[in-house]
Amino acid sequence: MGAGHAHVLYRESASPVHRLPPEVKIAAMVVFTLAVVATPREAFWAFGGYALLVAVVAALARVGPGWLLSRATIELPFVLFAVALPFLGAGERIDVLGLRLSSDGLLGAWNIIAKGTLGVLASLLLAATTTIRDLILGLDRLRCPQILTQIATFMLRYLDVLVGEARRMRVARVSRGDDPRFLWQLRGFAAGVGALFLRAFERGERVYLAMVSRGYTGRMPAVWQGTGAATAGQWLVASTVPVLAATIAATAVVLT
Amino acid sequence: METLAMHISNGIIDGPVAAVFAAIALAAMTVCVLRGRRDLDDRLAPMAGLVAAFIFAVQMLNFPIFTAGVSGHLLGGALAAMLVGPWVGALCVAVVLVVQALVFGDGGVAMLGLNITNMAVLGTAAAYLLIALLLRVLPRTPTGLAVTAFVSALVSVVVAAMGFVLQYQLGGTTDLGGNLAGLAGTMAGVHLLIGIGEGLITATTVVTVAKARPDLVYALRALKPAAPAPVPAVGGVR
Repeated sequence: MGAGHAHVLYRESASPVHRLPPEVKIAAMVVFTLAVVATPREAFWAFGGYALLVAVVAALARVGPGWLLSRATIELPFVLFAVALPFLGAGERIDVLGLRLSSDGLLGAWNIIAKGTLGVLASLLLAATTTIRDLILGLDRLRCPQILTQIATFMLRYLDVLVGEARRMRVARVSRGDDPRFLWQLRGFAAGVGALFLRAFERGERVYLAMVSRGYTGRMPAVWQGTGAATAGQWLVASTVPVLAATIAATAVVLT
Repeated sequence: METLAMHISNGIIDGPVAAVFAAIALAAMTVCVLRGRRDLDDRLAPMAGLVAAFIFAVQMLNFPIFTAGVSGHLLGGALAAMLVGPWVGALCVAVVLVVQALVFGDGGVAMLGLNITNMAVLGTAAAYLLIALLLRVLPRTPTGLAVTAFVSALVSVVVAAMGFVLQYQLGGTTDLGGNLAGLAGTMAGVHLLIGIGEGLITATTVVTVAKARPDLVYALRALKPAAPAPVPAVGGVR
């Protein structure tokens, strides 16, 4: 993945958040999410605080609310699960707008929607400000086992190989008179899935052997690792968000 | 790209249970890293990457079951166990889950332990045990291999779904009371259907690979000792 090899969610920019080293952002995002999840669900004000933190980081990263919200629809199935909870939940019932709903279920639904949405927004912010290459570099610097970063590196590289091969096979099919439309495409796809895998593997194997013959030993070149490791100052700057979140969580736990 | 979340998201299961399963997942992943290092050679490294990419791609096909609010999707644990072995296979699935959680917000970061336990550990382990058993029992034909792949994929999907039900019983944030059995039933039914789809995809893929490049299928390699490589006679054919 050479220059400009970003993923769909990456937003090219030069904001202060983009410039932070990836390992710092990953650590901050994970701690923030843990703090959110540890917050008791009755502490409604705490979730407002978290939302404010997310909004501030998004503004700093120059990521618009429209983009964030449209991408957050990924969470939809769980929202639906949450909507079902007030009807399914056990325990005492309360009347809301003429419906007899489980109060535990209502709180549960709020819990899932609030914590789920905050988690999704946090990871979207990470994705929007970090390229895949940097992400793996960050995991590597956080002492993630090399076998995992290696698999991740190849996975992301081969996704493009897979998509490219699928496109080539489709063009080959169409040019031989097949007319794939919505459902009928499935049959051709099912018949070709094994062939697709094999073709992608053989192409991927060539990529791998080319890398090995150029000195690849399971880790990306030192040039990538050498520069840009996080300084103490950058850790300090990025830690403001998780520290604030942890403070909110601790206060909420004490208060409830 | 229109994708929907499929893994357990933040807030579904409470903190302590999530922490316990995170510890279980971490321990299992440590074992896999140690054992997987031995397996990962020049042939398996690109295969592991491709299997992970393939799983990443097929997990995008998911089947939301709106009436019940539960969604299911393909897992790929059996495919991974078949092609790269249980240790590297579990790591492949785990890598997919980690990247999805970090970058796509699919599956909460705090719930990673639960998701990894269900799909990477339980799913792959169930699949590999069945593969090891069935390959010994069934005839060594493409049909036997296809049946093995199909059954192990089907069972692994249902096992992973039941893992979620167990976790929900232990630490679901909302008490469903008698509806828990309903949740278990819905999950089992939905995942049985998904398992059939997953079984078909796994079987076609594995059989195609086994026909063209049998050396690439880990499950077949592990069974019989590798045949000694034919040594070309010096001078060759005259």
